[in-house]
Amino acid sequence: MTVVDPPEQSAGARAAARRERIAGWRVGVLASPAAPVYGALIGVFVLAWVIVTIDGGNFLTVSNIVNMLQRSVALGIVSAGQTVVILLGSLDLSVAQLISLSSLLAASTMDGSMANFLPAVLVVLALGVGVGLVNGLVITKLQVNAFIATLGTALIIQGIIQYRWTGPQGGIPNQFSNDLGYTRFGIIPMSIFLLAAVVVVVWFLLTKTRFGYKVYAVGGSEDVSKLSGVRTHRTIITAHVVCSLTAVITGLFLAARLRAGTPTVGTDGGYDLESIAAVVLGGTALMGGRGGVIGTIGGVFLLAVLDNTFNQLEFNSFLRDVVRGLIIIAAVAVYARRQEKKA
Amino acid sequence: MSTESATSGFGVGTDSRGRRFLSSLLSTGTIFLLLIVLWVWIAIINPTFLEPGPFLAYLKRSAPLVILAAGAYFVLVSGNFDLSVGSLVTVMVVVAAKLIDGEPSNTWPVIALLVVIGAAVGFFNGFVSTILRVPSFITTLGMLLVLNGAVFLWTGGAPTGALAENFRSIGRGGIEGVPWIEQLPWSVLLMFAVGAASVWLMRSDFGRQLIATGDNERAARLSGVRVDRVRIWAFVLSGVLAAFAGVLLGGFGGISAQAGLGLEFDAITACVLGGVVLGGGRGSVVAAMGGALTLEALFTWMNLQGISGALEDTIQGVIIIAAVGFASYRLRGAR
Repeated sequence: MTVVDPPEQSAGARAAARRERIAGWRVGVLASPAAPVYGALIGVFVLAWVIVTIDGGNFLTVSNIVNMLQRSVALGIVSAGQTVVILLGSLDLSVAQLISLSSLLAASTMDGSMANFLPAVLVVLALGVGVGLVNGLVITKLQVNAFIATLGTALIIQGIIQYRWTGPQGGIPNQFSNDLGYTRFGIIPMSIFLLAAVVVVVWFLLTKTRFGYKVYAVGGSEDVSKLSGVRTHRTIITAHVVCSLTAVITGLFLAARLRAGTPTVGTDGGYDLESIAAVVLGGTALMGGRGGVIGTIGGVFLLAVLDNTFNQLEFNSFLRDVVRGLIIIAAVAVYARRQEKKA
Repeated sequence: MSTESATSGFGVGTDSRGRRFLSSLLSTGTIFLLLIVLWVWIAIINPTFLEPGPFLAYLKRSAPLVILAAGAYFVLVSGNFDLSVGSLVTVMVVVAAKLIDGEPSNTWPVIALLVVIGAAVGFFNGFVSTILRVPSFITTLGMLLVLNGAVFLWTGGAPTGALAENFRSIGRGGIEGVPWIEQLPWSVLLMFAVGAASVWLMRSDFGRQLIATGDNERAARLSGVRVDRVRIWAFVLSGVLAAFAGVLLGGFGGISAQAGLGLEFDAITACVLGGVVLGGGRGSVVAAMGGALTLEALFTWMNLQGISGALEDTIQGVIIIAAVGFASYRLRGAR
């Protein structure tokens, strides 16, 4: 009964090995929270290609794809930071105002001269650290819900902007603007490298460092991680500092792109809610503990492909909002179904 | 022996009931204490504030936010968010203007339609957030985009049409010739009606089930609460109350694409000021409405202090953080 002839066994072993490979693939790639967004991205990309081509536009050209990537830079950077705080079970509604303030501060500190470049960058980064610290401290030490805490910070920054500035602030040196906003290496704009660098840093932080493991732990359960000896407050504060830093980098980039600081650049772009939408589209759970920055970038690209398609088809901008809202809801509904099946 | 235990049981009952009343008064009382302090402060700066006329004007101004806060309360206490009410209010005002187009006979059918729109949007929000399991933050965020886009797609980018006089009078007018206060505004009456109805609702089975759901969904489900249904009703209530608020705001604010801008955050802030805990299960609707009155009193106070419009946001932000920080500090102390 236990005797099995050799050829059959080897076939069985082969099949087993294959099954294992498939299972490994399933566990490693298809089961990652980022998988559906890339599936959706490919689907939407092909669909957009077909529709735009039928309409007589150019979709799959190098310049159009570079254009799409470049449009993703600002949202991509801030969404990478937003991913960190959402993974933690927190969120940051103050990024839009912080982006505006950092673009204004960069412009006024540089004051038209490249000599002030370094001080300006330092001032803006310090602003990011400061706002992140305030958010984190209010959430942990005053025990204010993150929604209210960051909404409060957003209001505070909004007031400061309105008090000090009434219109765009000049003073971005042309060289800075050209370097960061308009330089290209061959066909690839400098800004895409900036996005890539931020994403790689955040990815590294989240997956290769202790801080990253703590973020996932606190997002999974704050109480459990506290009881297992994680300094949860420190983790939450650090995560908020990281998030605010990505927001001020976005502000610097947008200042370079627009060649000026603008009081409404962040709120007009809707970066607060858009970045949260991108993170959730990317498969990160809003309650924290599950997801990652790779998925977020997929979400950002998905929104960029949609935008580009709407532009090429010359969609009414209001219809664009309607479709975008419906797609966000539908996509998350699909994730929720998937999640349920697994559970 | 049995009588003894019975009497002592009875004694414990009244005692704990009395204590419960006291503790509930303390927990909801803070916001009213703050409210009274603000009123007194305003009255010291501007003694006419507490006279019937100006005070009613203040209540009238607060009515839409108070009504929205009640709506936000139902959703928040069941453990959800509703970020779409601000854009829903804008939709109400714009739709009313376009459909009424200055024709008084259209007013009442249009108001009925607005309530239906509010209920439908609320139902959609609730359905997607419960049956389809999309986090309500995302559902209502998507709904915000959809509503903003849809209404201007329909009107071609800017509000068109006009509101009829009888529509506006709901927000502006009132019962004339009331002794002492001269005019009793409709909006204040509506505000109190919504308040009374909300208290009644929260004391009914529905209210208890709503709080139980927000407190512990699983326990509520296991003890027989139809969790999804209760939550959907909460969203419907929020939508309908947004319709009421839209009618009032259209009356005294006029038609504007910004009519409801930021109101969702104001309503949530009012609730949190009133001690409602985000995540559900805690807080009282009266305190939430008190939070809205406090927020409006705060705006009035800042006006009187001559704080420039620019810094108003900053002060509001600081006060909100401080108030919520204080509230959670007290909550920890109580534990």
